[in-house]
Amino acid sequence: MENRHHISRRAASGCGLCCTKIEHFGVTIGNTPILTDVNLHIHCGELTAIIGPNGAGKSTLIKAILGEISHTGTISYVQANGGPSHTPVMGYVPQSLKLDTTSPTSVLDLFLACRSHLPAWLIHSRKQVNSVRERLSRVKAEHLIDRRLGALSGGELQRVLLALALDPMPDLLLLDEPVSGIDQNGLELFYETVSELRRTYDLSIILVSHDLDMVKNYADRMVLLNKTVLSVGTPDEVLQSESFYKVFSLEWQKQWRSKGGEG
Amino acid sequence: MIDIWYKILEVLPFEWAQEGQMIFMKNALLAVILLTPLFALLGTMIVNNNMAFFSDALGHGAFTGVAIGGLMGFIQPVGSAVVFSLLFAFLIALIKHRSSYSSDTIIGVFSSTAVALGIFLSTIGGKSFAKLNSYLVGDILSITPGEIGFLFILLMVVLAFWLLFFNRLLLVSINPSLAGSRGISTFWYEVLFSCAVAVAVTVSMSWIGLLVINSFLVLPAASARNVSRNQRQYHFWAVIFSLFSGIVGLILSYYIETASGSTIILVSSGIFFITFALRRKFA
Repeated sequence: MENRHHISRRAASGCGLCCTKIEHFGVTIGNTPILTDVNLHIHCGELTAIIGPNGAGKSTLIKAILGEISHTGTISYVQANGGPSHTPVMGYVPQSLKLDTTSPTSVLDLFLACRSHLPAWLIHSRKQVNSVRERLSRVKAEHLIDRRLGALSGGELQRVLLALALDPMPDLLLLDEPVSGIDQNGLELFYETVSELRRTYDLSIILVSHDLDMVKNYADRMVLLNKTVLSVGTPDEVLQSESFYKVFSLEWQKQWRSKGGEG
Repeated sequence: MIDIWYKILEVLPFEWAQEGQMIFMKNALLAVILLTPLFALLGTMIVNNNMAFFSDALGHGAFTGVAIGGLMGFIQPVGSAVVFSLLFAFLIALIKHRSSYSSDTIIGVFSSTAVALGIFLSTIGGKSFAKLNSYLVGDILSITPGEIGFLFILLMVVLAFWLLFFNRLLLVSINPSLAGSRGISTFWYEVLFSCAVAVAVTVSMSWIGLLVINSFLVLPAASARNVSRNQRQYHFWAVIFSLFSGIVGLILSYYIETASGSTIILVSSGIFFITFALRRKFA
Protein backbone atom coordinates (compact mmCIF):
# COMPACT_ATOMS: atom_id res chain seq x y z
CA MET A 1 0.00 0.00 0.00
CA GLU A 2 2.66 2.40 1.09
CA ASN A 3 4.98 1.29 -1.68
CA ARG A 4 2.37 1.93 -4.30
CA HIS A 5 2.05 5.40 -2.93
CA HIS A 6 5.75 6.11 -3.53
CA ILE A 7 5.90 4.65 -6.95
CA SER A 8 2.94 6.57 -8.27
CA ARG A 9 4.33 9.75 -6.84
CA ARG A 10 7.78 9.12 -8.21
CA ALA A 11 6.51 8.35 -11.66
CA ALA A 12 4.30 11.38 -11.79
CA SER A 13 6.72 13.91 -10.44
CA GLY A 14 10.45 14.27 -10.37
CA CYS A 15 9.86 17.56 -12.10
CA GLY A 16 8.63 19.31 -8.99
CA LEU A 17 5.01 19.13 -10.04
CA CYS A 18 3.78 18.29 -6.58
CA CYS A 19 4.34 21.01 -4.12
CA THR A 20 3.58 22.15 -0.61
CA LYS A 21 2.20 25.66 -0.52
CA ILE A 22 2.54 27.79 2.56
CA GLU A 23 0.49 30.93 2.12
CA HIS A 24 0.30 34.05 4.26
CA PHE A 25 1.62 32.36 7.38
CA GLY A 26 1.64 34.55 10.45
CA VAL A 27 2.34 33.79 14.11
CA THR A 28 1.81 36.20 16.98
CA ILE A 29 2.74 35.22 20.51
CA GLY A 30 1.19 37.53 23.07
CA ASN A 31 1.39 40.89 21.34
CA THR A 32 4.67 40.16 19.60
CA PRO A 33 4.50 39.24 15.94
CA ILE A 34 7.01 36.43 15.40
CA LEU A 35 6.26 35.74 11.76
CA THR A 36 4.30 37.81 9.26
CA ASP A 37 3.09 36.92 5.80
CA VAL A 38 5.40 34.00 5.07
CA ASN A 39 4.82 32.53 1.60
CA LEU A 40 6.74 29.45 0.46
CA HIS A 41 6.40 26.81 -2.22
CA ILE A 42 8.29 23.65 -1.39
CA HIS A 43 8.74 21.38 -4.39
CA CYS A 44 9.12 17.62 -4.41
CA GLY A 45 12.61 16.28 -4.64
CA GLU A 46 14.06 19.51 -3.32
CA LEU A 47 15.89 20.24 -0.14
CA THR A 48 14.93 23.73 0.99
CA ALA A 49 17.14 25.16 3.69
CA ILE A 50 15.85 27.90 5.94
CA ILE A 51 18.52 30.17 7.32
CA GLY A 52 18.31 33.27 9.44
CA PRO A 53 19.75 34.89 12.55
CA ASN A 54 18.83 33.81 16.05
CA GLY A 55 15.29 34.80 16.89
CA ALA A 56 14.31 34.98 13.22
CA GLY A 57 11.41 32.62 13.83
CA LYS A 58 12.86 29.53 12.13
CA SER A 59 11.82 27.07 14.80
CA THR A 60 8.52 28.89 15.19
CA LEU A 61 7.85 28.36 11.49
CA ILE A 62 8.47 24.63 11.88
CA LYS A 63 6.16 24.49 14.89
CA ALA A 64 3.47 26.40 13.02
CA ILE A 65 3.75 24.07 10.02
CA LEU A 66 3.42 21.12 12.38
CA GLY A 67 0.34 22.75 13.87
CA GLU A 68 1.91 22.83 17.29
CA ILE A 69 1.26 26.55 17.68
CA SER A 70 -1.63 28.42 16.16
CA HIS A 71 -1.05 30.51 13.07
CA THR A 72 -2.87 32.46 10.42
CA GLY A 73 -2.66 31.51 6.75
CA THR A 74 -2.87 28.11 5.09
CA ILE A 75 -0.74 25.12 4.21
CA SER A 76 -1.74 22.69 1.48
CA TYR A 77 -0.19 19.89 -0.48
CA VAL A 78 -0.83 19.94 -4.22
CA GLN A 79 -0.58 16.52 -5.81
CA ALA A 80 1.30 15.99 -9.04
CA ASN A 81 -1.58 14.24 -10.77
CA GLY A 82 -3.86 17.19 -10.18
CA GLY A 83 -5.73 15.37 -7.41
CA PRO A 84 -7.36 17.42 -4.67
CA SER A 85 -4.92 19.28 -2.46
CA HIS A 86 -4.87 18.37 1.20
CA THR A 87 -2.91 18.98 4.39
CA PRO A 88 0.45 17.30 3.82
CA VAL A 89 1.47 14.20 5.74
CA MET A 90 4.43 15.41 7.76
CA GLY A 91 7.55 13.76 9.05
CA TYR A 92 9.50 15.59 11.68
CA VAL A 93 13.00 15.26 13.05
CA PRO A 94 13.13 17.32 16.24
CA GLN A 95 15.98 19.66 17.04
CA SER A 96 17.24 17.36 19.71
CA LEU A 97 15.57 14.81 21.88
CA LYS A 98 16.05 15.87 25.44
CA LEU A 99 16.30 12.36 26.71
CA ASP A 100 16.49 11.03 30.16
CA THR A 101 19.56 8.88 29.50
CA THR A 102 18.36 6.22 31.92
CA SER A 103 15.04 5.73 30.15
CA PRO A 104 14.43 2.08 29.32
CA THR A 105 13.14 2.79 25.82
CA SER A 106 14.79 0.97 22.94
CA VAL A 107 14.84 2.07 19.31
CA LEU A 108 12.39 -0.75 18.59
CA ASP A 109 10.05 0.56 21.33
CA LEU A 110 10.08 3.98 19.75
CA PHE A 111 9.10 2.61 16.34
CA LEU A 112 6.47 0.27 17.72
CA ALA A 113 4.94 3.10 19.76
CA CYS A 114 4.52 5.02 16.51
CA ARG A 115 3.25 2.31 14.21
CA SER A 116 1.75 -0.57 16.15
CA HIS A 117 -1.65 -0.84 17.77
CA LEU A 118 -0.30 -3.23 20.36
CA PRO A 119 1.48 -1.54 23.26
CA ALA A 120 5.27 -1.62 23.01
CA TRP A 121 5.55 -3.59 26.26
CA LEU A 122 3.46 -6.48 24.94
CA ILE A 123 4.21 -9.00 22.19
CA HIS A 124 6.24 -7.80 19.23
CA SER A 125 5.11 -9.48 16.04
CA ARG A 126 7.95 -10.74 13.86
CA LYS A 127 6.48 -8.90 10.90
CA GLN A 128 6.58 -5.59 12.73
CA VAL A 129 10.14 -6.14 13.93
CA ASN A 130 11.35 -6.99 10.43
CA SER A 131 9.63 -3.99 9.01
CA VAL A 132 11.25 -1.72 11.61
CA ARG A 133 14.62 -3.21 10.73
CA GLU A 134 14.00 -2.44 7.06
CA ARG A 135 13.07 1.18 7.88
CA LEU A 136 16.25 1.55 9.91
CA SER A 137 18.33 0.15 7.06
CA ARG A 138 17.27 3.16 4.95
CA VAL A 139 19.49 5.28 7.16
CA LYS A 140 22.11 2.58 7.78
CA ALA A 141 21.03 2.12 11.38
CA GLU A 142 19.59 -1.41 11.45
CA HIS A 143 22.24 -2.48 13.96
CA LEU A 144 20.80 -0.01 16.50
CA ILE A 145 17.38 -1.65 16.79
CA ASP A 146 17.83 -3.04 20.30
CA ARG A 147 19.84 -0.15 21.70
CA ARG A 148 18.43 2.11 24.36
CA LEU A 149 17.71 5.62 23.06
CA GLY A 150 19.82 7.04 25.87
CA ALA A 151 22.82 4.96 24.78
CA LEU A 152 22.92 6.34 21.23
CA SER A 153 25.37 8.99 20.10
CA GLY A 154 23.98 12.27 18.77
CA GLY A 155 24.50 11.19 15.17
CA GLU A 156 22.98 7.76 15.68
CA LEU A 157 19.93 9.24 17.38
CA GLN A 158 19.47 11.73 14.56
CA ARG A 159 19.53 8.94 11.96
CA VAL A 160 17.06 6.88 13.96
CA LEU A 161 14.73 9.89 14.17
CA LEU A 162 15.12 10.42 10.44
CA ALA A 163 14.10 6.83 9.79
CA LEU A 164 11.14 7.34 12.09
CA ALA A 165 10.08 10.50 10.26
CA LEU A 166 10.03 8.47 7.02
CA ASP A 167 7.61 5.93 8.43
CA PRO A 168 5.06 6.40 6.93
CA MET A 169 6.59 8.22 3.96
CA PRO A 170 5.65 11.88 4.39
CA ASP A 171 4.69 14.50 1.80
CA LEU A 172 6.85 16.95 3.63
CA LEU A 173 9.88 16.22 5.77
CA LEU A 174 10.81 18.81 8.41
CA LEU A 175 14.32 18.78 9.84
CA ASP A 176 14.93 21.15 12.70
CA GLU A 177 18.63 21.92 13.12
CA PRO A 178 19.64 18.30 12.92
CA VAL A 179 23.28 19.29 13.24
CA SER A 180 23.55 20.16 16.92
CA GLY A 181 25.50 17.77 19.10
CA ILE A 182 26.86 15.74 16.20
CA ASP A 183 30.50 15.38 15.21
CA GLN A 184 31.71 16.24 11.71
CA ASN A 185 31.58 12.66 10.42
CA GLY A 186 28.12 12.12 11.78
CA LEU A 187 27.07 15.38 10.21
CA GLU A 188 28.27 14.47 6.74
CA LEU A 189 26.74 11.03 6.98
CA PHE A 190 23.45 12.63 7.99
CA TYR A 191 23.42 15.11 5.12
CA GLU A 192 24.41 12.45 2.62
CA THR A 193 21.63 10.20 3.85
CA VAL A 194 19.13 13.04 3.57
CA SER A 195 20.25 13.89 0.01
CA GLU A 196 20.05 10.29 -1.03
CA LEU A 197 16.57 9.91 0.44
CA ARG A 198 15.44 13.05 -1.32
CA ARG A 199 16.40 11.51 -4.68
CA THR A 200 15.16 8.01 -3.94
CA TYR A 201 11.77 8.98 -2.57
CA ASP A 202 11.31 12.34 -4.27
CA LEU A 203 10.78 14.02 -0.92
CA SER A 204 10.07 17.64 -0.14
CA ILE A 205 12.40 18.62 2.64
CA ILE A 206 12.55 21.71 4.81
CA LEU A 207 15.76 22.01 6.77
CA VAL A 208 16.40 24.61 9.45
CA SER A 209 20.11 25.09 9.92
CA HIS A 210 22.86 27.35 11.17
CA ASP A 211 25.66 25.55 9.41
CA LEU A 212 25.89 27.55 6.19
CA ASP A 213 28.95 25.67 4.89
CA MET A 214 27.26 22.33 5.06
CA VAL A 215 23.85 23.49 3.93
CA LYS A 216 25.17 25.27 0.87
CA ASN A 217 26.58 22.00 -0.46
CA TYR A 218 23.41 20.02 -0.05
CA ALA A 219 20.48 22.43 -0.37
CA ASP A 220 18.69 22.93 -3.67
CA ARG A 221 17.04 26.09 -2.53
CA MET A 222 17.62 28.45 0.33
CA VAL A 223 15.23 30.73 2.18
CA LEU A 224 16.46 33.64 4.24
CA LEU A 225 14.01 34.24 7.03
CA ASN A 226 13.82 37.08 9.49
CA LYS A 227 10.23 37.53 10.67
CA THR A 228 9.26 37.11 7.03
CA VAL A 229 10.85 35.74 3.86
CA LEU A 230 13.63 38.11 2.81
CA SER A 231 15.18 36.12 0.01
CA VAL A 232 14.54 32.87 -1.87
CA GLY A 233 16.67 31.15 -4.46
CA THR A 234 19.62 28.84 -4.97
CA PRO A 235 22.13 28.90 -2.12
CA ASP A 236 24.46 31.10 -4.16
CA GLU A 237 21.72 33.57 -4.99
CA VAL A 238 20.63 33.90 -1.39
CA LEU A 239 24.13 34.08 0.06
CA GLN A 240 24.95 36.92 -2.36
CA SER A 241 21.71 38.79 -1.84
CA GLU A 242 21.49 42.23 -0.37
CA SER A 243 19.30 40.94 2.49
CA PHE A 244 21.85 38.36 3.49
CA TYR A 245 24.47 41.07 3.95
CA LYS A 246 22.07 43.18 5.94
CA VAL A 247 20.91 40.40 8.20
CA PHE A 248 24.17 38.77 9.12
CA SER A 249 26.91 40.78 10.71
CA LEU A 250 30.15 41.24 8.83
CA GLU A 251 31.93 39.25 11.46
CA TRP A 252 29.88 36.21 10.70
CA GLN A 253 30.45 36.46 6.97
CA LYS A 254 34.18 36.77 7.40
CA GLN A 255 34.15 33.64 9.46
CA TRP A 256 32.21 31.85 6.81
CA ARG A 257 34.41 33.07 3.96
CA SER A 258 37.61 32.17 5.75
CA LYS A 259 36.36 28.61 6.02
CA GLY A 260 36.39 28.39 2.24
CA GLY A 261 33.00 29.59 1.14
CA GLU A 262 33.29 31.68 -2.02
CA GLY A 263 31.22 34.86 -2.11
CA MET B 1 -16.03 -16.42 45.12
CA ILE B 2 -13.70 -15.22 47.83
CA ASP B 3 -14.00 -18.69 49.40
CA ILE B 4 -12.05 -20.14 46.49
CA TRP B 5 -9.21 -17.78 47.39
CA TYR B 6 -9.34 -18.86 51.04
CA LYS B 7 -9.18 -22.51 49.93
CA ILE B 8 -6.16 -21.88 47.71
CA LEU B 9 -4.33 -20.23 50.60
CA GLU B 10 -4.75 -23.30 52.78
CA VAL B 11 -1.88 -24.99 50.96
CA LEU B 12 0.48 -22.38 52.39
CA PRO B 13 2.46 -23.37 55.48
CA PHE B 14 1.39 -20.26 57.44
CA GLU B 15 -0.83 -20.48 60.51
CA TRP B 16 -2.96 -17.54 59.34
CA ALA B 17 -3.58 -19.26 56.03
CA GLN B 18 -5.42 -22.21 57.58
CA GLU B 19 -9.15 -22.69 57.38
CA GLY B 20 -11.18 -20.17 59.37
CA GLN B 21 -8.12 -18.19 60.48
CA MET B 22 -7.34 -14.51 60.02
CA ILE B 23 -9.78 -13.68 57.25
CA PHE B 24 -8.54 -10.06 57.18
CA MET B 25 -5.02 -11.24 56.31
CA LYS B 26 -6.26 -13.32 53.40
CA ASN B 27 -8.32 -10.42 52.11
CA ALA B 28 -5.36 -8.10 52.43
CA LEU B 29 -3.11 -10.48 50.54
CA LEU B 30 -5.52 -10.67 47.63
CA ALA B 31 -5.89 -6.89 47.67
CA VAL B 32 -2.12 -6.45 47.57
CA ILE B 33 -1.87 -8.83 44.61
CA LEU B 34 -4.38 -6.68 42.71
CA LEU B 35 -3.20 -3.27 43.87
CA THR B 36 0.55 -3.51 43.46
CA PRO B 37 0.65 -4.35 39.72
CA LEU B 38 -1.93 -1.65 39.05
CA PHE B 39 0.25 0.94 40.70
CA ALA B 40 3.42 -0.45 39.12
CA LEU B 41 1.98 -0.03 35.61
CA LEU B 42 0.94 3.57 36.18
CA GLY B 43 4.23 4.16 37.96
CA THR B 44 6.33 3.28 34.90
CA MET B 45 4.95 6.33 33.12
CA ILE B 46 5.13 8.53 36.21
CA VAL B 47 8.85 7.87 36.42
CA ASN B 48 9.25 8.37 32.64
CA ASN B 49 7.60 11.77 32.87
CA ASN B 50 9.28 12.90 36.09
CA MET B 51 5.86 13.12 37.67
CA ALA B 52 6.66 11.75 41.14
CA PHE B 53 5.85 15.07 42.75
CA PHE B 54 2.67 15.33 40.71
CA SER B 55 1.27 11.99 41.85
CA ASP B 56 2.10 12.97 45.41
CA ALA B 57 0.06 16.15 44.96
CA LEU B 58 -2.85 14.14 43.57
CA GLY B 59 -3.05 12.33 46.88
CA HIS B 60 -3.35 15.67 48.60
CA GLY B 61 -6.13 16.69 46.23
CA ALA B 62 -7.95 13.48 47.01
CA PHE B 63 -7.62 14.20 50.70
CA THR B 64 -9.36 17.55 50.24
CA GLY B 65 -12.07 15.73 48.33
CA VAL B 66 -12.59 13.42 51.30
CA ALA B 67 -12.86 16.44 53.61
CA ILE B 68 -15.42 18.11 51.32
CA GLY B 69 -17.38 14.89 51.10
CA GLY B 70 -17.34 14.62 54.88
CA LEU B 71 -18.60 18.17 55.17
CA MET B 72 -21.45 17.45 52.81
CA GLY B 73 -22.43 14.55 55.00
CA PHE B 74 -21.41 11.56 52.90
CA ILE B 75 -20.62 8.48 54.92
CA GLN B 76 -18.40 7.15 52.12
CA PRO B 77 -16.68 10.27 50.80
CA VAL B 78 -14.77 8.36 48.08
CA GLY B 79 -17.18 9.52 45.39
CA SER B 80 -16.67 13.18 46.12
CA ALA B 81 -12.94 12.59 46.52
CA VAL B 82 -12.72 11.08 43.03
CA VAL B 83 -14.60 14.02 41.52
CA PHE B 84 -12.45 16.50 43.34
CA SER B 85 -9.13 14.89 42.50
CA LEU B 86 -10.14 14.62 38.83
CA LEU B 87 -10.84 18.33 38.86
CA PHE B 88 -7.57 18.89 40.68
CA ALA B 89 -5.59 16.84 38.15
CA PHE B 90 -7.21 18.67 35.25
CA LEU B 91 -6.48 22.08 36.77
CA ILE B 92 -2.81 21.28 37.34
CA ALA B 93 -2.44 20.01 33.77
CA LEU B 94 -4.24 23.03 32.37
CA ILE B 95 -2.22 25.61 34.28
CA LYS B 96 0.99 23.78 33.53
CA HIS B 97 0.06 23.88 29.86
CA ARG B 98 -1.01 27.53 29.82
CA SER B 99 1.84 29.08 31.77
CA SER B 100 5.58 29.00 31.64
CA TYR B 101 6.07 28.22 35.33
CA SER B 102 7.94 25.05 36.03
CA SER B 103 5.63 22.20 36.90
CA ASP B 104 7.37 21.92 40.27
CA THR B 105 6.15 25.35 41.28
CA ILE B 106 2.60 24.82 40.08
CA ILE B 107 2.31 21.44 41.75
CA GLY B 108 3.77 22.86 44.96
CA VAL B 109 1.17 25.63 45.00
CA PHE B 110 -1.71 23.25 44.34
CA SER B 111 -0.50 20.61 46.70
CA SER B 112 -0.15 22.88 49.71
CA THR B 113 -3.44 24.62 48.95
CA ALA B 114 -5.19 21.27 48.80
CA VAL B 115 -3.80 20.03 52.09
CA ALA B 116 -4.55 23.29 53.87
CA LEU B 117 -8.07 23.36 52.46
CA GLY B 118 -8.61 19.75 53.49
CA ILE B 119 -7.53 20.37 57.08
CA PHE B 120 -9.41 23.66 57.21
CA LEU B 121 -12.68 22.15 56.01
CA SER B 122 -12.49 19.09 58.20
CA THR B 123 -11.85 21.10 61.37
CA ILE B 124 -14.56 23.73 60.82
CA GLY B 125 -16.52 24.22 64.02
CA GLY B 126 -13.77 22.82 66.19
CA LYS B 127 -14.18 19.24 64.95
CA SER B 128 -11.43 16.76 65.57
CA PHE B 129 -9.10 15.84 62.74
CA ALA B 130 -8.61 12.34 64.13
CA LYS B 131 -11.32 10.72 62.02
CA LEU B 132 -9.28 11.49 58.90
CA ASN B 133 -6.12 9.89 60.26
CA SER B 134 -7.06 6.61 58.60
CA TYR B 135 -6.62 8.32 55.21
CA LEU B 136 -3.13 9.42 56.09
CA VAL B 137 -1.80 6.07 57.19
CA GLY B 138 -4.24 3.67 55.54
CA ASP B 139 -5.12 0.14 56.52
CA ILE B 140 -4.99 -2.63 53.98
CA LEU B 141 -6.15 -5.12 56.62
CA SER B 142 -9.54 -3.39 56.74
CA ILE B 143 -10.42 -4.23 53.14
CA THR B 144 -13.65 -6.19 52.58
CA PRO B 145 -14.37 -8.80 49.86
CA GLY B 146 -16.75 -6.30 48.21
CA GLU B 147 -13.98 -3.75 47.97
CA ILE B 148 -11.63 -6.39 46.58
CA GLY B 149 -14.16 -7.02 43.82
CA PHE B 150 -14.12 -3.32 43.12
CA LEU B 151 -10.30 -3.35 43.02
CA PHE B 152 -10.41 -6.16 40.50
CA ILE B 153 -12.63 -4.08 38.23
CA LEU B 154 -10.31 -1.11 38.67
CA LEU B 155 -7.32 -3.25 37.71
CA MET B 156 -9.13 -4.40 34.55
CA VAL B 157 -9.96 -0.81 33.63
CA VAL B 158 -6.36 0.30 34.12
CA LEU B 159 -5.13 -2.67 32.05
CA ALA B 160 -7.51 -1.80 29.23
CA PHE B 161 -6.39 1.81 29.44
CA TRP B 162 -2.76 0.69 29.31
CA LEU B 163 -3.36 -1.50 26.27
CA LEU B 164 -5.16 1.23 24.37
CA PHE B 165 -3.17 4.32 25.19
CA PHE B 166 0.31 3.24 26.22
CA ASN B 167 2.01 3.82 22.85
CA ARG B 168 0.75 7.35 22.55
CA LEU B 169 1.55 8.15 26.18
CA LEU B 170 5.07 6.86 25.59
CA LEU B 171 5.54 9.10 22.55
CA VAL B 172 4.27 12.13 24.44
CA SER B 173 6.69 11.34 27.24
CA ILE B 174 9.64 10.92 24.83
CA ASN B 175 9.07 14.18 22.96
CA PRO B 176 5.91 16.30 22.74
CA SER B 177 6.84 17.77 19.34
CA LEU B 178 7.49 14.35 17.89
CA ALA B 179 4.14 13.19 19.21
CA GLY B 180 2.50 16.32 17.82
CA SER B 181 3.91 15.65 14.35
CA ARG B 182 2.08 12.33 14.48
CA GLY B 183 -1.22 13.93 15.31
CA ILE B 184 -1.19 13.18 19.03
CA SER B 185 -2.58 15.92 21.24
CA THR B 186 0.00 16.17 24.00
CA PHE B 187 -2.24 18.13 26.32
CA TRP B 188 -5.18 15.73 26.23
CA TYR B 189 -2.99 12.69 26.72
CA GLU B 190 -1.37 14.33 29.72
CA VAL B 191 -4.82 15.07 31.11
CA LEU B 192 -5.99 11.54 30.41
CA PHE B 193 -3.03 9.99 32.20
CA SER B 194 -3.28 12.41 35.14
CA CYS B 195 -6.93 11.49 35.55
CA ALA B 196 -6.14 7.77 35.51
CA VAL B 197 -3.55 8.26 38.25
CA ALA B 198 -5.93 10.51 40.18
CA VAL B 199 -8.65 7.85 40.22
CA ALA B 200 -6.26 5.06 41.22
CA VAL B 201 -4.70 7.10 44.01
CA THR B 202 -8.00 8.38 45.38
CA VAL B 203 -9.76 5.06 45.40
CA SER B 204 -6.86 3.29 47.12
CA MET B 205 -6.11 6.03 49.62
CA SER B 206 -8.03 4.53 52.52
CA TRP B 207 -6.17 1.20 52.17
CA ILE B 208 -2.68 2.42 51.44
CA GLY B 209 -2.60 5.82 53.09
CA LEU B 210 -1.80 9.22 51.71
CA LEU B 211 1.64 9.33 53.28
CA VAL B 212 2.98 6.26 51.52
CA ILE B 213 0.81 5.84 48.42
CA ASN B 214 3.30 7.56 46.15
CA SER B 215 5.94 4.96 46.94
CA PHE B 216 3.66 2.28 45.51
CA LEU B 217 3.75 4.18 42.25
CA VAL B 218 7.36 5.27 42.09
CA LEU B 219 9.51 2.60 43.77
CA PRO B 220 8.82 -0.47 41.59
CA ALA B 221 9.29 1.55 38.40
CA ALA B 222 12.44 3.18 39.72
CA SER B 223 13.90 -0.23 40.60
CA ALA B 224 12.84 -1.71 37.25
CA ARG B 225 14.66 1.09 35.43
CA ASN B 226 17.90 -0.04 36.99
CA VAL B 227 17.71 -3.41 35.30
CA SER B 228 15.77 -2.76 32.07
CA ARG B 229 16.80 -1.84 28.56
CA ASN B 230 13.42 -1.72 26.89
CA GLN B 231 9.77 -1.20 27.71
CA ARG B 232 8.99 -4.89 27.89
CA GLN B 233 11.62 -5.57 30.54
CA TYR B 234 10.66 -2.35 32.29
CA HIS B 235 7.03 -3.43 32.67
CA PHE B 236 7.93 -6.99 33.54
CA TRP B 237 10.31 -6.03 36.34
CA ALA B 238 8.10 -3.26 37.71
CA VAL B 239 5.23 -5.71 38.10
CA ILE B 240 7.45 -8.45 39.55
CA PHE B 241 9.13 -6.09 42.04
CA SER B 242 5.82 -4.61 43.14
CA LEU B 243 4.20 -8.01 43.62
CA PHE B 244 7.21 -9.37 45.44
CA SER B 245 7.48 -6.45 47.84
CA GLY B 246 3.70 -6.39 48.34
CA ILE B 247 3.44 -10.06 49.25
CA VAL B 248 6.66 -10.32 51.24
CA GLY B 249 6.04 -7.01 53.01
CA LEU B 250 2.52 -7.95 54.05
CA ILE B 251 3.55 -11.35 55.42
CA LEU B 252 6.54 -9.84 57.23
CA SER B 253 4.32 -7.19 58.80
CA TYR B 254 2.13 -9.96 60.21
CA TYR B 255 5.03 -11.68 61.96
CA ILE B 256 6.90 -8.63 63.19
CA GLU B 257 3.67 -6.78 63.96
CA THR B 258 4.26 -3.56 62.06
CA ALA B 259 2.12 -1.39 59.79
CA SER B 260 1.74 -3.32 56.53
CA GLY B 261 1.99 -0.31 54.18
CA SER B 262 5.33 0.82 55.49
CA THR B 263 6.73 -2.73 55.65
CA ILE B 264 5.85 -3.23 51.99
CA ILE B 265 7.60 0.00 51.09
CA LEU B 266 10.71 -0.89 53.06
CA VAL B 267 10.99 -4.16 51.10
CA SER B 268 10.43 -2.16 47.95
CA SER B 269 13.16 0.34 48.81
CA GLY B 270 15.47 -2.57 49.62
CA ILE B 271 14.93 -3.82 46.05
CA PHE B 272 15.66 -0.36 44.73
CA PHE B 273 19.02 -0.13 46.45
CA ILE B 274 20.02 -3.65 45.42
CA THR B 275 19.12 -3.04 41.77
CA PHE B 276 20.77 0.37 41.92
CA ALA B 277 24.03 -1.27 42.98
CA LEU B 278 23.71 -3.79 40.15
CA ARG B 279 22.58 -1.36 37.46
CA ARG B 280 25.89 -1.22 35.58
CA LYS B 281 25.66 -4.93 34.87
CA PHE B 282 22.45 -4.26 32.94
CA ALA B 283 23.34 -0.99 31.26
